[in-house]
Amino acid sequence: AFLSSFILDSVCWEVVGVVKLWNEWCRTSSTTNVLPTDSFCLFYRLISDPTVLLCQCSCYVAEDQQFQWLEKVFGSMQKKGLQVTILSTCPVADYKTQESTLTLVSPFLKALKTKEFQEQVCCPLLEQPNIVRDLPAAVLSYCQVWQIPAVLYQCYTDVIKLDTVTIEAFKPLLSSKVLKSLAKDASESTKILKKFLTTSETHNNIYI
Amino acid sequence: MFIPCDRGGDSAGPDFKGFTLLMPAVSVGNVGQLAIDLVISTLDMTKVGYFYTDCLVPMVGNNPYATAEENSTELSINAEVYSLPSKKLVVLQIRSPFIKNKYRPFCETLLSWVKSSKCARVILLSSSHAYQRDDEQLLGTPLRYLLTPDLEKAVGGRMKELNWKEMEKVAAYPGISDTDKVLHIPGGGITKLLFTESCSEGIQMAVLLKFCSEGDNIPDAFVLVNYLNEWLQLIKSEVSTSNNSTDPSSQWKIPSSWRLLFGNGLPPALF
Repeated sequence: AFLSSFILDSVCWEVVGVVKLWNEWCRTSSTTNVLPTDSFCLFYRLISDPTVLLCQCSCYVAEDQQFQWLEKVFGSMQKKGLQVTILSTCPVADYKTQESTLTLVSPFLKALKTKEFQEQVCCPLLEQPNIVRDLPAAVLSYCQVWQIPAVLYQCYTDVIKLDTVTIEAFKPLLSSKVLKSLAKDASESTKILKKFLTTSETHNNIYI
Repeated sequence: MFIPCDRGGDSAGPDFKGFTLLMPAVSVGNVGQLAIDLVISTLDMTKVGYFYTDCLVPMVGNNPYATAEENSTELSINAEVYSLPSKKLVVLQIRSPFIKNKYRPFCETLLSWVKSSKCARVILLSSSHAYQRDDEQLLGTPLRYLLTPDLEKAVGGRMKELNWKEMEKVAAYPGISDTDKVLHIPGGGITKLLFTESCSEGIQMAVLLKFCSEGDNIPDAFVLVNYLNEWLQLIKSEVSTSNNSTDPSSQWKIPSSWRLLFGNGLPPALF
């Protein structure tokens, strides 16, 4: 959602590819309108700079498919000079800390980076004994092993549904070298954010 | 497959010829993996590469053996290789479970790496369900060992000296016939498969395992690592002057990642 609000738009980006999984399990609000041809893992390319790719993956990639997903996606990419940024969210209840998670101010961002990533990260690093799983972990492992600079920003949130506070927790990333040039105009972002909220709110209230 | 960390220039990567490969089985209580953590942490081993495979669930985190701010930010993945050339020891640590149907491919990849890197022998640390023991196994030591025929020739005598107990075989058809005996390691993960494959491929492998149950397996890890130490003498066991017994448990260094194994702090409002 962060990427959709702050970075993507139909003018500057074009869809260049999809990844389809044989048993796709997707998270979508409009479950009645899902077509077999719908894909929940899309790749966009910046028209003005074809070296910039963006992947929106709104489906769950099972553990026995993660390796193949990686091989297919990274296999068709030039690895020299490649830099990867991953954005992900996770429940704050999974965060291990000396104090109770109830007292933590959430949402908050934590980062993990590969050895080759030399730039400044926009938030504190994820401390042990915390770990990251699933597709973000698979991508980061791949980058660490094949010496590709990569950074993962994990947002710990206590809200299950999509909400603006969690989306805005990613805002520090807009000042990073990578995303600075890609960020959209602030007013437009607010408009899109509002749209996200209204679509989910109509399903929220069961008493009307 | 093994990918070295250092891939600069013409270096072919680290040489493990003649080394002992120490590795865990992902088994009940994760005892083997905990024991390996103790070995890597105590001997301050250096990471030399990754075992990149599609057989394990992916996971990443920062350096689990960090001792200071400076060395805490190195990324670790689910299977990594550490080495200590002074003791001719190379260690593979596995940090996540196996993906369904991937036991056999993993064993094949691992054994072919053992052969190509010319490791002298493999030691597998494992565990087995304590509740599956028979009446005789309930008495005495919960530790067992297994040796492939090739390693039996080399170190079988040493095991006798140490008074170690070999893992018993069980009846293939209990209650029906007691003549056919098979190896049975419930809860041992890839232990049995790896052992039988090593036997048939002529690889020198030893399995060291402990009977245990799921729970707080830190004491089990200490027992297993001390068992290993009786043979390999990785650390010196100091004789305690007060009660004249050797207790090397205190000399194993617990890694920083073992914090909070049983959850976070409690919210004060609970009380």
